[in-house]
Amino acid sequence: MYNFEFAKPTTIADAVEALGHEEAQALGGGQTLLPTMKQRLAAPATLVSLNAIPEMIGVCLNDAGEVCIGGATTHAMVVREAAAHYPALAALASHIGDPAVRNRGTIGGSLANNDPSACYPAAALASGATIKTNTRDIAADDYFQGMFETALNDGEIITEVRFPVPQTANYQKFVQPASRFALVGVFVAQFADGVRVAVTGASSDGVFRWTEAEAALSGDFSKSAVDGLSVPSGSMISDLHGSGDYRAHLVKVMTGRAVAAAG
Amino acid sequence: MTQVKMTVNGKSVSGDVEGRTLLADFLREGLRLTGTHIGCDTSQCGACVVHVNGEAVKSCTALALDLDGAEVVTIEGMANPDGSLSVIQQAFQDHHGLQCGFCTPGMVMSAAALLKDNPKPSEHEVRDYLEGNICRCTGYHNIVKAIMAASGQDVTQIAAE
Repeated sequence: MYNFEFAKPTTIADAVEALGHEEAQALGGGQTLLPTMKQRLAAPATLVSLNAIPEMIGVCLNDAGEVCIGGATTHAMVVREAAAHYPALAALASHIGDPAVRNRGTIGGSLANNDPSACYPAAALASGATIKTNTRDIAADDYFQGMFETALNDGEIITEVRFPVPQTANYQKFVQPASRFALVGVFVAQFADGVRVAVTGASSDGVFRWTEAEAALSGDFSKSAVDGLSVPSGSMISDLHGSGDYRAHLVKVMTGRAVAAAG
Repeated sequence: MTQVKMTVNGKSVSGDVEGRTLLADFLREGLRLTGTHIGCDTSQCGACVVHVNGEAVKSCTALALDLDGAEVVTIEGMANPDGSLSVIQQAFQDHHGLQCGFCTPGMVMSAAALLKDNPKPSEHEVRDYLEGNICRCTGYHNIVKAIMAASGQDVTQIAAE
């Protein structure tokens, strides 16, 4: 990879300042960014590590009952520390990549990258999470804007992600065995005022809410409620791992499994 | 060049590195600890796994400067103080858990990380934990058997499938 200047600030303010330099790029755990830089698909002039900012690391429960996860918190830490508060979220984190990847990769890095096959976007969107940055709070419904596209501005840092905790929830991932990303992943979350269903891996527009299933499941939270529904295959990703029709079918199957498992 | 300091296998070390210097390169080129192998260089294969502050990490996908001040343990730090093989290493030898040996440093480091958190893993848990460690020789059975044996469990019933 091309060389770069390296900065490792210890406060959010210093990180924002460092990211103000031309062609500066934030570094989370680097599990996607470093391989991308090795391939010379990215060549930042300055890399700003977010891994030494104490207030961006850790999991807690706030007064509103939301699980708050610092942007630089690793997947492994989410597995350990969110399990008591939000088991479905911890379970999702426990199947990202492999153990060594989970010890480095961070939730902020995953959400900032918004890979169309990543797991965390499904959890954030289905939970109605709030993505907190150094300047504002962004609702998950407004945050995800297409494949690798988010509402983040240049130099804006995800400092925390706040997850409302549903009554029941479950994430089902159909793994693409070579990459371990989701070929299709579905997160179902049942709240007192309705059900939210978010799908990752399937659409060329990135993570999306399957609103027809949400309406059906809000009336009848059972696997059979989605049996009669179908997902349009038009915007589905179609590649050597699966056709658009196959992915559309998997969305329904994985939704049914998630509902059954959440039970 | 920037100076980086770490504790590697219990010794304080330092060296001048570039921003882009990977932990794997610092260990291999800077410290001449060539037991850590670089297989795929894309964080798929796990030959480069070392422990950073007690956790398994793929050293080909971590920057040396990002780990300034860290405690690192490599395969060179795994043997007993008298030079004899550690329990895990000895189990790999006893159960023929390696053939060409290229993946073995990463396998041993991953196994050690697993057994630290889960001293008596099931066979399924061992296989699950090794998801990010690829071996092209053994078919994994004897690696799994070695790790189960190192955890003190009876492996006579684990047959090659």
